[in-house]
Amino acid sequence: MTAPATSPAPPAAAAERPGLTKKQLAAEHPTWCPGCGDFSVLALFFKLIERRKLWQEKIVTVSGIGCASRFPYFVQANGAHYIHGRALPFASGVSLSRPDLHVFVFGGDGDLFSIGGNHFTHTARKNIRITCVALDNWLYSMTKKQTSPTSPLGFKSKTDLGGAIDYPINPARQAIAAGATFVARTVSSNPNHLLQMLEAAQDHNGFSFIQCLSECVEFAPGAFDAANPRKGGVFNTVPADHDPTNEAAAYQLANEPFPGYFGILYQVNRPTKNAQEAALNQQASARFAGLKDWQILQKTFDRMK
Amino acid sequence: MSREARVSRISNAVIRIAGNSQDGIQTMGGLLARLAGRSAQEVMTFMTIPSTISGGPSIFQVHMGSGEVLSAGDEADVLLAFYQHSYEGHIGALKPGGIVLYDSDHVTPNAAWLPRYHHVGIPISSRTIEAFGGTKADKGKNLFALGVIARIFDLNETKLEALMSERFGARDERVLQNALAAFRAGYHHSTGNVLETFQFVESPDQPRRQVVMNGNEALAYGLIAAGVRFGTAYPITPWSDVMEILRRELPNYGGTFVQCEDELAAISMANGASYAGRVAVTGSSGPGLSLKMESLGWAVMAEVPLVVINIQRGGPSTGLPTHVEQSDLNLACFGSHGDAPRVVLAPADVEDCFYTAIEAVNLARQYNVPVLVLSDQAIASRIEAFPEPDLERLCQDISPDLTPVADYKPYDLAAIPGATRRVVPGTPILSGRYPVASGLEHDEYGHPSGAPQLHRAMTARRRRKLQALAATLPTPQVLGPPEGALLLVGWGSTRGPIREATERARAAGESVSALHLRHLHPLPPGLEDIFAGFKAIRVVEMNDEGLYGYGQLAGLLRARYCLPQIRGINKTDGLTWKVREILERARADRDAGLRPEPATAERHA
Repeated sequence: MTAPATSPAPPAAAAERPGLTKKQLAAEHPTWCPGCGDFSVLALFFKLIERRKLWQEKIVTVSGIGCASRFPYFVQANGAHYIHGRALPFASGVSLSRPDLHVFVFGGDGDLFSIGGNHFTHTARKNIRITCVALDNWLYSMTKKQTSPTSPLGFKSKTDLGGAIDYPINPARQAIAAGATFVARTVSSNPNHLLQMLEAAQDHNGFSFIQCLSECVEFAPGAFDAANPRKGGVFNTVPADHDPTNEAAAYQLANEPFPGYFGILYQVNRPTKNAQEAALNQQASARFAGLKDWQILQKTFDRMK
Repeated sequence: MSREARVSRISNAVIRIAGNSQDGIQTMGGLLARLAGRSAQEVMTFMTIPSTISGGPSIFQVHMGSGEVLSAGDEADVLLAFYQHSYEGHIGALKPGGIVLYDSDHVTPNAAWLPRYHHVGIPISSRTIEAFGGTKADKGKNLFALGVIARIFDLNETKLEALMSERFGARDERVLQNALAAFRAGYHHSTGNVLETFQFVESPDQPRRQVVMNGNEALAYGLIAAGVRFGTAYPITPWSDVMEILRRELPNYGGTFVQCEDELAAISMANGASYAGRVAVTGSSGPGLSLKMESLGWAVMAEVPLVVINIQRGGPSTGLPTHVEQSDLNLACFGSHGDAPRVVLAPADVEDCFYTAIEAVNLARQYNVPVLVLSDQAIASRIEAFPEPDLERLCQDISPDLTPVADYKPYDLAAIPGATRRVVPGTPILSGRYPVASGLEHDEYGHPSGAPQLHRAMTARRRRKLQALAATLPTPQVLGPPEGALLLVGWGSTRGPIREATERARAAGESVSALHLRHLHPLPPGLEDIFAGFKAIRVVEMNDEGLYGYGQLAGLLRARYCLPQIRGINKTDGLTWKVREILERARADRDAGLRPEPATAERHA
């Protein structure tokens, strides 16, 4: 496999080339309801691309199914709208086969933690280079208000008329337990903080996960007001003395009841699967230096005579 | 060194080795097959293994010959039985007058069978221990027995010892010395009662360079030759060794194989790599293929090239993990919801596995469509020798082309099917309009649309690609005259036995021809003209006759050609077809007057 013709670094003149603007990056107008928290995530994703000078041809956004998963259609870059729950393995295939690309996954709480729950665990533990943003609104909204795995106890929905009875998943806590190397929590109503988290996640070498609370104005209006100072809530950032490499401390912070703490809860360096596979390939190809692919295969066939 | 007088000249021999799964009988059979490959002989093997980890009866059958070898052989010329259960369980597979070699340390012959078969008792276990100097318990008796077989069939001792050196020498010199000691002890052991030894006549074929491998190896190396450098899977029998080979080998070629958390992740990751420009392979066996279906539909909808290998085993559900069946054809052709056209190919033998893998990759790339390859447990595990492929000519580089383009419509309705470049991420698109690969119905750029006329047009676009592909497929050749009383139709691993049955029937003066299909979906052109030449058409399959009296391919052919003379000859015992079974069933059908629609319940009770 020869390396793709272009490198992940922008072209030579890129230093002077201005970052892409929202105008260049906006594709079709989002189909989200007016006031949906996801708009803010999209706007700040554009900002991230502009600031980090990522180029359209190098960006791949991947999603599964749900409101949040419409994301790729709204970004003027390569996109893949995959099936329900499987955005992470799909994105892993992109990331592992094409190290020159920037791979982003946007999904909802149902997509990532219910139908796709198994994949979340394994993508995290393998530390595959992907930035994954969970737009967590505590419910299934595209299918019009059913209980989701992050719905808090007592949350009333069409499938729990008397309130949710199943103990919810805490995405940040789950990510730490699964072995993610970057775990942050933010909220779509705090654009500055959200952008900071996106930038830190993009800069992280490995699987970076952001739990972004994103309000569903249609079916759970005001759900996150308690984290919004403008609505009388409190926005607590992680304490200044928090050591993000301390797994137990990170777990404890993630475990605080809503609204809890926002910021980078956990971040460590561990070799990515991308790097480990590349190292395996380097070792292997050293044994066959100078041989064409057919000659390597010929050596195998010579042993099968 | 021997006191036997008679040496018979033979052109082929079937040797069945019966023991337990940990006796190394696969090693023994594998060495015999490899020897045949080096001696310009044809060879085909057949094995059964228990689905438990350790223990349990197992057999390995080797059919080797100087002429064409089409099946693993209905009946054995020689049965080698290590235990009483091997002896009693497999004596029925030995032809009358055949030789049964038994380990007299473990087997007591049955007096009733003594006149029917030529019994040769050898204390294999104790003599092997002697050869080793009285320490090792059970190890090495397979090689002692190989020595006995080599003596009886006058096999090339030097070549066999060379093969053993390659097999064991790399590990530890002592292991090799023990192996050779056991082999030589067997070879020189006086076989006492054997009144006859055998010698293969010279092969009429020119000596040729052959490679010897099983079907799963041929598939894996075919994929590598085709240029596939990314693969994914979840372990399942009998697919797993394809993934093990690719995981071991792909890094040598700069490629990656990922073991995934489940089947859904495996096909999703393969779709991701294929989308990103590295045409990927995933594979499984029955239950895994069921799980992959939703993602397969995405590849159809998003028009992404993908290769999916399915090593069929007995179903439904967990079914018969280590036995063969051809019952995944309907799933392969029609699984997944919606109208989801895809390509289905089936290799006919081990050699064909290699070439089918390459064809699958190229069809997937040319038409941007998923291609399923239906192999089965029988081809997966059987060893064959075949002419060495010209690797320099066959190996392809299919790295993605990232040359900038002016604009790109992935779902261009005006595009000529099979003639468009798939633009992949990393390619600058100068118009600044970037596509979305979408599972939602979409417009030409991939943006979602539920417009009625668009769904109609896009559904037709996906179908027309396969219609265009079908038109390019070669019409398969009929074996035998193009007209007659009976045409036997087969697919997949049954080609050899069907062909042998046809040849035997023709030799007996019967009007029988055969047709083998490799392209199952879409079907190749020209079949209606072939079918028109025959009074009866019988599709020979290893699957159930179904509610209406025909198996899965027969059902497809009836739906396609509306011919009531198409019916099935089916079986569901988890075993490969014996040539005799096919003949008997075809003749019974004929004697029953080739009734067009017999009541299902009455048929072959």
